[in-house]
Amino acid sequence: MQKSFRQAELWGIAIGALIILVVLPALNAFVPENSVFHVSDFTINLYGKYLCYAVLAISVDLLWGYTGLLSLGQCLFFALGGYAFGMHLMLMIGKLGQYHSDLPDFMVFLGYPKLPLHWEPFRSFWFAVTGVVLVPGLLALVFGFLAFRSRIRGVYFSILTQALTYGACLMFFRNDFTFGGNNGLTDFKFLLGYDVRSAATQRGLFIATGVLLVLTYVFCRWLTLTKFGKIQRAVRDSENRVLFSGYAAANFKLFVFVVSAIIAGLAGALYVPQVGIINPSEMAPDKSLEAVVWVAVGGRGTLIGPVIGAIVVNALKSWATRAFPDLWLLILGAMFVIVVLFLPKGIVGLPAQILSLLKRSTAYVRKSSAQSEGASELSLKESSTPPPPGAIGTGGVE
Amino acid sequence: MHRLKLFCLTAMLAPLLLHAETSPQGSVRQSIAKAVTSSAADQDSILAQIVSAGGVSKAERDLLTSWTNGEIYLYDDPSGKSVPIVLEQPDTTDKTRAFRVDTGELLQDANGVAVMIDPTTATASDITAGLRKKIQRTLDLLSLSDPNPDVRRAIAFKLGSSQKAENLSVLETRLNTETDPRVKKVILQAKALIELADPAHPDRQVAAANALATLNCIGGLDALGAVAGNNSASPEVKQAATKATQAIRSYLSVVNFFGTIFRGFSLGSILLISALGLAITFGLMGVINMAHGEMIAVGAYTTYVVENVFRDGLPLSPLGISITLPGLHLSGWIFQTYFIFAIPLSFLAAALAGLALERLVIRFLYRRVLESLLATWGVSLIMQQLFRLVFGANNVQVNSPSWLLGNFTVSDVTLGYNRIFVIAFAILIVVGTWMLLTKTPLGLFIRAVIQDRDMAACMGVPTERVNMLTFAFGSGLAGLAGAFLSQIGNVGPSLGQSYIIDSFMTVVVGGVGSIAGTVVSAVGIGCSDQVLQQVLGSPVLGKIMVLVVIILFLQWKPGGFFPTRSRSLDG
Repeated sequence: MQKSFRQAELWGIAIGALIILVVLPALNAFVPENSVFHVSDFTINLYGKYLCYAVLAISVDLLWGYTGLLSLGQCLFFALGGYAFGMHLMLMIGKLGQYHSDLPDFMVFLGYPKLPLHWEPFRSFWFAVTGVVLVPGLLALVFGFLAFRSRIRGVYFSILTQALTYGACLMFFRNDFTFGGNNGLTDFKFLLGYDVRSAATQRGLFIATGVLLVLTYVFCRWLTLTKFGKIQRAVRDSENRVLFSGYAAANFKLFVFVVSAIIAGLAGALYVPQVGIINPSEMAPDKSLEAVVWVAVGGRGTLIGPVIGAIVVNALKSWATRAFPDLWLLILGAMFVIVVLFLPKGIVGLPAQILSLLKRSTAYVRKSSAQSEGASELSLKESSTPPPPGAIGTGGVE
Repeated sequence: MHRLKLFCLTAMLAPLLLHAETSPQGSVRQSIAKAVTSSAADQDSILAQIVSAGGVSKAERDLLTSWTNGEIYLYDDPSGKSVPIVLEQPDTTDKTRAFRVDTGELLQDANGVAVMIDPTTATASDITAGLRKKIQRTLDLLSLSDPNPDVRRAIAFKLGSSQKAENLSVLETRLNTETDPRVKKVILQAKALIELADPAHPDRQVAAANALATLNCIGGLDALGAVAGNNSASPEVKQAATKATQAIRSYLSVVNFFGTIFRGFSLGSILLISALGLAITFGLMGVINMAHGEMIAVGAYTTYVVENVFRDGLPLSPLGISITLPGLHLSGWIFQTYFIFAIPLSFLAAALAGLALERLVIRFLYRRVLESLLATWGVSLIMQQLFRLVFGANNVQVNSPSWLLGNFTVSDVTLGYNRIFVIAFAILIVVGTWMLLTKTPLGLFIRAVIQDRDMAACMGVPTERVNMLTFAFGSGLAGLAGAFLSQIGNVGPSLGQSYIIDSFMTVVVGGVGSIAGTVVSAVGIGCSDQVLQQVLGSPVLGKIMVLVVIILFLQWKPGGFFPTRSRSLDG
């Protein structure tokens, strides 16, 4: 186990932060448009979206990779954060909407006499930010409390979280739920007085997302290095042993669940002004499953894996949906099956896997005992990374 | 007043009824033709004769309708006789051919050439308002004596809701001869409805209101409400109407309750069929098959393909390749049997798909439950997209065979044949599954593998094969569910998605690995879904409430209705 940040990781974070926070925005702002090095506004916007997804993926991984809780409803928290912030943005449109009313357009359209009471405080930016943290956090607290108290674990937890997001999705699709029905919230104009759609604001949002990603990464790394992180992984590997050692595993799980919900909510809040819309399809069950795919593809149980997975899969999606619109879902599905079957550690684990394969094949050719040595050597090397995922879900004292 | 009318009518009918029995039955056409040119009194007797003779065909009834519409014309043939005719195309202004009313044959002159009639100049037969009314009454009476009781009930109800006193006599006449108790009931209701609207006799109105209440006449609620709210009506009448309204309302709520329960049972049966397959693969084998919903869709699409092959074939164009499945061009009752063939084929198709899925993906994941969930979700994405590529992104329509379309009514609760069929089939499938698990060697093996895979393998149970067959069987059950769903709604690429979460819920609530639990929870979820929909007045809210109730239920019984008893910590 690592006791502190490794030197290489610190350098990695620093270089990543430098690229995201300084280099890309600078290339967008100061390099002339006809230059090769210019990064277009569209690209910045697109990368901003990917970074939001990366934060979401880290929150999924904190639950799944580190605590063994496969939540299939993480996008619910993402969307709730987005809705909380979207409500503020909606109210900031003022009279510039299509109907030139104080009410948001959809309320005029649906015939609301006045602003519903729970919308009122979202006029304040800071209340909205508090809402972004509290709404997903409280929902996770209540749901997690009920779920963990009755020892719902493993697959049942997954199914219940999926049902939760499905139910919420149905609810938000209703027009009388005061959140815009299936059109959701859109057509934002101002954020803290700045024009949301201007290049400079988008750049600012991109940097803010970058900051959130770096902070999330550092926070999660710190969390997993503490004693708490050890118990977290112990819960994943053998919850019963943790229970018998006198730890209240449910409380640990509840804490991680709430923290990851808040992280997802923050990512959602930054996602909404960059994409310009939030609607109930963001909390459809498929979206959460897709987020799980990013983590699985990137490599779960590591923190860099989800970031790589989110960016790679979404970049692939952006390209494939344009190049082969009919085949994209086939590609995504096949990728998922292949990753689960053949790459249990994802992209991050690929080098080690290839290495072990090579060693094994050379050992086979030599027909010597080097094979077993190589394997044990490798497993020693791997002990710094989490145990194979096969242990998840089936672990326990028999 | 209407007593007098009734008297007249019966007095008029009585001798004719006797007459009809003795006289040889003349053609109805000839009678009509005779009536057109007869005097008013003769017309009455001829019409009455037509009614009493009965056995009037559709074409002959249409003739009567044309008569009321003034579409029977008179043609003066060369011998000077006036022949009633109907035109082939009455709506044109061009010359058209004509048919004789008395024989139904084409109107020809002496040389056998069709006579062309100009509708604008032809003489229409005289028809007065009184005659029109009489013909209409004849038509109603004919409908009332129709051999089909459903037609009789419909016309009686129509006459009753018109609330016109002049219809009373017709109904009373029929009441004397009616033998079918259900038709009799409707006639009594219609009679009461008419009497209720007659303000001249308050005592009869009170009696009618009471009669409506005892007859549980749901269709009379509006009429009763109108009387109860009518200020010119006498207080007794109003009171009686209010009381009757209350009585019928409470009856209606009972009817609605049973209707809801019935719909709940049928929804529960669908859930049951789709969840039973899942209960086997998930509960018994411990594999989370997210592609289970797509197995349902495989079954539904198989039914669609079978239907089209029985009809005219089906052009498909997956990935730009055009394939046309040949059609058998069947029609009539042979075509209606397509569903009988579709049921086993749906099972087979889904079972084969399940077999392939088990061999290619799932067998590597028996000890990695969460991962089986993820991999099968990938498979489900692939299958959905394949459906889209093969059958198109839009929903397709499967036409139900006619023997599944009708319904029948038991004390005002409407029971659709398709729903009854689903319930019956669900029972059959549950019994079949139970027999398979408990009475066959394969079932013995399956249970052994569930209890202890390694030990079973040591004892010589071919676990690989058992897994394969169990999974194929579970998927096949999903295919059956799909075949039924295609009869209830449209079939689309994401059909399975709408059932997968419900199916999982059913299995979890029932208690994983327990077939009895799945049955109880499927029926329970189905019924509570329908009841909550009724109470909350919205299907979506009802669904959400069901989800909330399930989450709370699991607080109380985390293992479901029938938890598996085990000493293992994670069992």
